[in-house]
Amino acid sequence: MSTLTSLLLIAVGSAVVNNVVLSQFLGICPFLGVSKNTKTAAGMGGAVIFVITVASLVTGVIYKFVLANPALLKNNIDLTYLQTIVFILVIAALVQFVEMFLKKKMPPLYQALGVYLPLITTNCAVLGVALNCVTYEYNLLEGVVYGFATAVGFFIAIVLMAGIREKIEYNDIPKPFQGTAIVLLTACLMSIAFMGFSGMI
Amino acid sequence: MNKYVERLYNGVIKENPTFVLMLGMCPTLAVTSSAINGLGMGLSTTVVLIFANLLISCFRKVIPNGVRIPAYIVIVASLVTVVQLLMQAYLQDLSKSLGVYIPLIVVNCIILGRAESFASKNEPVISVFDGVGMGLGFTIGLTIIGLIRELLGAGTLFDQPVLSAIEGFTPITIFIMAPGAFLVLGFLVAGMNIIRKKMDEKGKPLAEPAGCLSGDCASCSQAATCTGKDNVKKDDATKEDTKKETAKSDAK
Repeated sequence: MSTLTSLLLIAVGSAVVNNVVLSQFLGICPFLGVSKNTKTAAGMGGAVIFVITVASLVTGVIYKFVLANPALLKNNIDLTYLQTIVFILVIAALVQFVEMFLKKKMPPLYQALGVYLPLITTNCAVLGVALNCVTYEYNLLEGVVYGFATAVGFFIAIVLMAGIREKIEYNDIPKPFQGTAIVLLTACLMSIAFMGFSGMI
Repeated sequence: MNKYVERLYNGVIKENPTFVLMLGMCPTLAVTSSAINGLGMGLSTTVVLIFANLLISCFRKVIPNGVRIPAYIVIVASLVTVVQLLMQAYLQDLSKSLGVYIPLIVVNCIILGRAESFASKNEPVISVFDGVGMGLGFTIGLTIIGLIRELLGAGTLFDQPVLSAIEGFTPITIFIMAPGAFLVLGFLVAGMNIIRKKMDEKGKPLAEPAGCLSGDCASCSQAATCTGKDNVKKDDATKEDTKKETAKSDAK
């Protein structure tokens, strides 16, 4: 299989077939919390795409050249067991750095994404993508494509959910189901719909 | 009531993390496809929670206020790594079926939430009891959801045939698949809404949901530092600031 085909398979597989929210349950909190209208949902989705793509590149580089590189230390110590600690700290620092950089250099982009950035620091999707890249043994390019596509999957799910929620506002819902309950049931139906993609690959 | 027993009661019943506070929804949805997975996830979280509470409580006077969250994250991440390696060594099957959700205990909002709101303000012994109570509450919650999903979706309980032993029984497979998680949790939230309303009428209101499901908080792991509505307000304020700053730079 050529490189391009395998990259395409990774991209389609992680964006729709194994959707990050609807089948892997990562990033549920922003999915439920920031999906009240399509505009903020798109902002959050954009920020997640940006952060996950950068984070999967940076954690990939750190894993390949520092943690999984025993020759780096004198005694050939394998440092891969430190991945969880290193990844979460790198992601937290990276988000702070990205925020400062955008604020200074790209004010329009900061205005669109800035307020969502601090909220993503401990979003489980970012750490999940970094850890999955290691588990699936992706190389750097595959890792970045996987990260980007996963985040696109998040964007699709949260914008669709926000669109549906805008309509639900006008519906007559039984009292106990108002609020989060109906959102979860909507997510259930969306998840069933996304299961239809599983025949694609 | 003894203050230590009160902590256990608080964690298991009064502020149950799954049913009352609705914290840690990602693992609740992801690993409850069977009762044994729910139990395993709950117990591993409990272990991390107890030791995280103990260490953070011991170090509470040493950790500078400005860097307390990164310090908590390092402590929690180290404990999670220990649990992960132990499970890989002694509980391989469970470790395989829980997969990436074990390292993701690091970003579980219950742990950082308890660190921030309890362990950082109290003595080590009572913090440990708080960890035990909250951990047990979470374990019970995950196991119950796991039992419901396994019974309906596979007809078994802890892998023992129950409904599937009946002739002609067809399991509703959707319950152990991804949509089933959303479905069960949706009905659970609706059920809790009814109970909440009844308790309000009795004059004994339950604690409010604290995490992601409160609808205001965008990232549950930070529920401790930027709880619900304050967070949204803060966002609006930052937005205004940014607008002013960009306006200034435009004027220049």
